Amino acid sequence: MNWKRSLVAAAAVVPVVGLFYYGMGQDPKAIPSPLPGRPAPPFALNAMGTADTVRLADLKGQVVVLNFWASWCLACRSEHEVLREAAARYGPRGVRFYGVLYNDTPENGAAYIAEMGGQSYPTLLDPQTRTAIDYGLYGVPETFIIGPDGRVVYKQVGPVTPETFTRYVDPLLGKREAAR
Amino acid sequence: MTRILGSTAIVVALALAVYGAVAAVVGVRRRDGALIRSSQAAAYANCGLLTLATLAMVYALLTHDFSISYVAQVGSRATPTFFTIISLWSALEGSILFWGFVLSVYTASVVYFTRGRLGSLGSYALATLHAVGIFFYLLLTGVANPFGAVFPVPADGPGPNPLLQNHPLMAVHPPFLYVGYVGMTVPFAFAIGALISGRLDDVWLKATRRWTMTAWIFLSLAIVAGMWWSYEVLGWGGYWAWDPVENASFMPWLTATAFLHSVMVQERRGMLRVWNLTLIIATFLLTILGTFLTRSGILSSVHAFANGPIGYYFLGFIALVLLVSLVLLAGRSAELKTAGHLDRLASREFTFLINNLLLSAFCFTVLLGTLFPLVAEAVRGVKVSVGGPFFNRMSLPIIVTLLFLLGVGPALPWRGAGADVLGRRLLPAAVAAGVVAALALALRVPSFYAVLAFAFAAFALVSNVQEFVTGARARMRAHGESAPRALLRLIGANRRRYGGYIAHLGVLAVATGIAASAAYRFEREVTLKPGQTVTVRGYTVRFDGLWAKDEPQRFVVGADIAALDARGRPYRTLTPRLNFYRNGGEPITTPAVRTRLDDDLYINLLAFERDGSSATVHVIVEPLVAWIWIGGLIVALGAAIGTIPTGARVRSRKVVRV
Amino acid sequence: MSLAAALLALVAAVAPVQAGAPAQGAPPVAGATTARDSIIGEQVRQIASELRCPVCQGLSLQDSPSELAQQMRQVIRDQLEAGKTPEEVKAYFVSKYSEWILLEPAPRGANLMVYVLPVLLVVGGGAGLFVAARRWTRQPAPAGAPLPEDEAEEPETLP
Repeated sequence: MNWKRSLVAAAAVVPVVGLFYYGMGQDPKAIPSPLPGRPAPPFALNAMGTADTVRLADLKGQVVVLNFWASWCLACRSEHEVLREAAARYGPRGVRFYGVLYNDTPENGAAYIAEMGGQSYPTLLDPQTRTAIDYGLYGVPETFIIGPDGRVVYKQVGPVTPETFTRYVDPLLGKREAAR
Repeated sequence: MTRILGSTAIVVALALAVYGAVAAVVGVRRRDGALIRSSQAAAYANCGLLTLATLAMVYALLTHDFSISYVAQVGSRATPTFFTIISLWSALEGSILFWGFVLSVYTASVVYFTRGRLGSLGSYALATLHAVGIFFYLLLTGVANPFGAVFPVPADGPGPNPLLQNHPLMAVHPPFLYVGYVGMTVPFAFAIGALISGRLDDVWLKATRRWTMTAWIFLSLAIVAGMWWSYEVLGWGGYWAWDPVENASFMPWLTATAFLHSVMVQERRGMLRVWNLTLIIATFLLTILGTFLTRSGILSSVHAFANGPIGYYFLGFIALVLLVSLVLLAGRSAELKTAGHLDRLASREFTFLINNLLLSAFCFTVLLGTLFPLVAEAVRGVKVSVGGPFFNRMSLPIIVTLLFLLGVGPALPWRGAGADVLGRRLLPAAVAAGVVAALALALRVPSFYAVLAFAFAAFALVSNVQEFVTGARARMRAHGESAPRALLRLIGANRRRYGGYIAHLGVLAVATGIAASAAYRFEREVTLKPGQTVTVRGYTVRFDGLWAKDEPQRFVVGADIAALDARGRPYRTLTPRLNFYRNGGEPITTPAVRTRLDDDLYINLLAFERDGSSATVHVIVEPLVAWIWIGGLIVALGAAIGTIPTGARVRSRKVVRV
Repeated sequence: MSLAAALLALVAAVAPVQAGAPAQGAPPVAGATTARDSIIGEQVRQIASELRCPVCQGLSLQDSPSELAQQMRQVIRDQLEAGKTPEEVKAYFVSKYSEWILLEPAPRGANLMVYVLPVLLVVGGGAGLFVAARRWTRQPAPAGAPLPEDEAEEPETLP
């Protein structure tokens, strides 16, 4: 045995194992969205159960929370209560909440809302899923927070938590309220 | 009771594996035969214990013993019995248990067939096999314990992953894959044994040839069965998506295939000793890497199991194996060096060298592509994807060159031949290649690589068949035998060589099937109302209506699609289905596939209106797909012929003569 | 409403259809194509096979049977019909989904590694092999053990 050569060869273990060790710390499913910081993609969608069309362009100057959901989505059920409380807390402070129904029928959506005990804000219909694709949606639930300047501030993949709002919505309101 | 039996068996097996590994090493050092024999006995005992544990698990699954964690995880009273049995390998813990079982059977068989014949080499190999066993039994007692206690005992379980209980091929693909993967441990153990003991000649190669061949056959069949399963279940009409886990099964196959060829160079010319050791160690490492990739959740994949701490165990094991192998290989490299000699470049030896270069480069490309998302994230901090278009672009040139070599190799004799001999031998094959290429161009085959693939497949077909013809003719002249008899005798007397050529023919069938089905895929995606028809590539099908069926474990929606003959009369009904499993979200498709030797008609139900007023279907017509599955069987058959010992037959004939 | 309930409602809806006979008479053929349609169809297929389906991991938009992939293919078609080039369509998806959506990494910067290294291996390995083989052909055959006969079956040992 030539131990000097062995030692040199053994060094090759380090980069291989290092790469895998690094990889173990990453989540292959967490794909960063390019949207935050960029202008939110415009939309004009019919609000479910009404004849109204909601346009993002009309909401300029306001903080918008856009929540993509579906009646068949289990994770959406778990965030429903958080969203309701957030809407009750931030709605009076001028934050506009909208749900967007993703790959679902209006009937199912309405039944779901009734089952979950109602929803204080409108849900928009996106029949061709164009808006969802414009927002780079991977699945539901996903929630976008759009600042008063019309730019996407944050994208939440998976259910929102109360912290989502304190962390990303409060600073926006603080800025706006201070400006007044 | 079953739980205690199973977990006790594994704990005892772990203790015996530790003992066996130590006893084998100490036994060799002290030249203590009794110690070595006790290590061998431990291998037999472990085979019994792991069989017991596996049977206990099957019994627990069948009796719906939900007090056992694995049963509570994958069992369900609604699952049909067949899928209940095969759910043994449908999740992490069960598959590791099955792995341990297969490993214990291999270890005991190795002891049975080689005991007392290989001296220190055999003992170090046995120690290595026990050491690999320690790792898997350790997993089974800890992070992957299938016999955990569940309290309170649930009344029912969720059932296995819907994707894995939707097709009977799940009874073939995983176990064959494990038998193939785990089988590579045997040559690896002997390679390590050779490196430690210093017996660096061909003994380890000869001792492991049949084990390697057996593992390779199962690995080949597992890969083809996996392709078939994808084709029959995933609903996109394809069979290979370059998914990380498909790649993980393909990489050790590539290095093992390179090994099967390069060992012949070592056997005949004494060259490539370091290279062959490297190849077989790489093959073993790639099987462990494949398992690591599936079990750690490090790469996202359809096949990935839930991730947990087990990934770190596998990473530690990979690091250990890599470290030991590199230290031994580098330390012994000076002793392994041999004077290389070639008579000519135009020789079979040299084509094997090129074959090895290409297969290794192929494996490296697949490895790099599979791991590149990790590298890119580490280097650039950006998530990238490496998928089908990349792998096709990079691998197609290698594949067509390998097809070409597959024709050149058999025509070239060992030690080489002059240009005149070569020209004479390859002329018919070259003519065939030219004719097929011209035909393909005239018919406007849509892809450049498909033209090359068809031409080189024809080239290699003629070249390999010619070997049979020449050999059989010679026998007919020399022994006055009839043609079929001469052919059978020829193969029987040179099984390894002609078995190899038969395997080549299987590879050609697979390659032709892949090239044709990729180049000539015709498809339409349409929404049909009942009574409407759609025509794809000469096939007209009519949507006749939807039906639904409630089954214990799932809910099935099917479409009746009638295939119409030229006069518009239905001659066959195909029923693509969507299966809504009670335990899973997305529906699982069951495409309807009408397979024929010339082409496949493949219909997948994509969506339907709930009132039955329309269905959206994907109709695909692909030629020669069946040849991929047939080719896989031919490959296995040829390799099996090459594995059967000639010695046994010769000896028995002698006995008859006496 | 649970999944099971939704599906049971579906049985009720579908069952009558099963019983009813399909429409009689000459069946209308779905979707006739024009030349422009088929060019765009080919472009859609090409682009969709280069983009990764966001919900199915590993499959391309072309191969994925999922609903989202179908809708994304429709977006590709609409953008092409509106006059966008294939490059612009792909850039649109990258701007929404990041580089991740490209099934083949853009050959730029560090990504070049994944294209160049295999080629280097084949070219370098091939050159090395050729040089070594030329040297080996010039060396005399090692004395000692006789080489096995040309095509003879090597002596077999029983396993």
